[in-house]
Amino acid sequence: MKKTRIFAVLGSLALALLSVVLIAADHLDAPDIAGTSSDIADFYAFQGEDPNNLVFVVDVQGLLAPDRPTEQAVFDENVLLEINIDTNNDLVEDKVIQMIKRVDPTTMEDTMYFFGPLTVQESETGVDSTIDAENLSGSVKISTTTEVQTTTSNGMMFFAGPREDPFFFDFDRYNQILSGAATGFTDPGTDSFAGTNVLSVVVEVPKVLLGSGFAGANPLAPGTPVYGVWVEAKRKQ
Amino acid sequence: MKTYRYILIFATICSTLLFVHCTDADDNGNVIGLVTCSDGLQNGDETGIDCGGSICEPCAAGLNFSGTFTQEDQIGRPGINTVFGTIGMKDAFNLTIPSEMQAAFQSNFQSNLLALNPDYTTNALGLDATAFTTLLSNDVLWVAETGITTYFNGTEVLTGRALTDDVIDVSLLLIFGGPAGMDNPTLISDFVSENDASFSASFPYLANPF
Repeated sequence: MKKTRIFAVLGSLALALLSVVLIAADHLDAPDIAGTSSDIADFYAFQGEDPNNLVFVVDVQGLLAPDRPTEQAVFDENVLLEINIDTNNDLVEDKVIQMIKRVDPTTMEDTMYFFGPLTVQESETGVDSTIDAENLSGSVKISTTTEVQTTTSNGMMFFAGPREDPFFFDFDRYNQILSGAATGFTDPGTDSFAGTNVLSVVVEVPKVLLGSGFAGANPLAPGTPVYGVWVEAKRKQ
Repeated sequence: MKTYRYILIFATICSTLLFVHCTDADDNGNVIGLVTCSDGLQNGDETGIDCGGSICEPCAAGLNFSGTFTQEDQIGRPGINTVFGTIGMKDAFNLTIPSEMQAAFQSNFQSNLLALNPDYTTNALGLDATAFTTLLSNDVLWVAETGITTYFNGTEVLTGRALTDDVIDVSLLLIFGGPAGMDNPTLISDFVSENDASFSASFPYLANPF
């Protein structure tokens, strides 16, 4: 009875939700790559191999087919990626790491440039940004499928290029459930992201560059000091 | 024999010098020795004149970083907009900064939660519909300053997001699993528990592309 009601509701939501879901997943709004270079597919934040560091992973332009991801998608010089770090729980960024592609003028190679972590003034927060070009912290040649480039400078580590998509989800079944075509997941499920690639930017940052976080926000771990982090894609106007 | 010894000593001195001439105790980026980042020459492993390579600052001279950049997409926690965003709100959510999200989207998120699971009372975290959607509508990922960073590992909850975290199962369980996380057994897991490639323990951590 309980389940019947859920599925009845799911079914009635189907038409409304399905169309949204198919274009709404951060991952799945990028199958048609043209014109979607600002679409973020995923965001990860975790402690690095060196426990003094935090790692940020920003994935863009997901669901790239095997063998030739860089032929299907490249980083866009007009799209600025920003990792925002809130250190006092007001949901406003206090530190920002900015990342954007340019062609290195001396090597003529596609290169990702990194700025910060910058300390942000209240007047500089919000939906609009300018790049703090004076605070370049590093750069890295954009990797190919076979040649991995990483650099280290100012205590930070940098990578940009195609990677295997780390996300896993039976997304097709999920959509079938929402559309009423299925009543639940099956065991085992099918990873809709298996065999696909994504464009990734990975930055490893010494925690000391971020300052102190805040405790009390997470009701499930109130004593654990945390940073509040998110990533934005911003297009040049 | 003697010659060999001289060669060995010479080689030792040379290799020692190799390491010595690049060290610099004040750690301010300059270099002792022939190669410096201010000699007006592209030398050492510099990729431009006095920039790039392993020692000098990155090369950015002549690059144009000007202009104003305006937000088009954003994400904190995984799948929030996917699951809770609805027609007409998905784009708006992507254009909203976190400090304005709760006011704009919490009530809509709550409606969507109760549409997905009309029997929702609380979830395995003990959060009622209002508390849960309030938490989610502030779409910021918490990452612990020290210690274990995971979306959920059986013990730690919402202290980060590691590559191996099964964030979908966590989300499904919190939406459909009820107070004990046991309700709706075919909806609380997608039964895909790991990625199809292994991650590295070292930078850049993600697996090579297919």
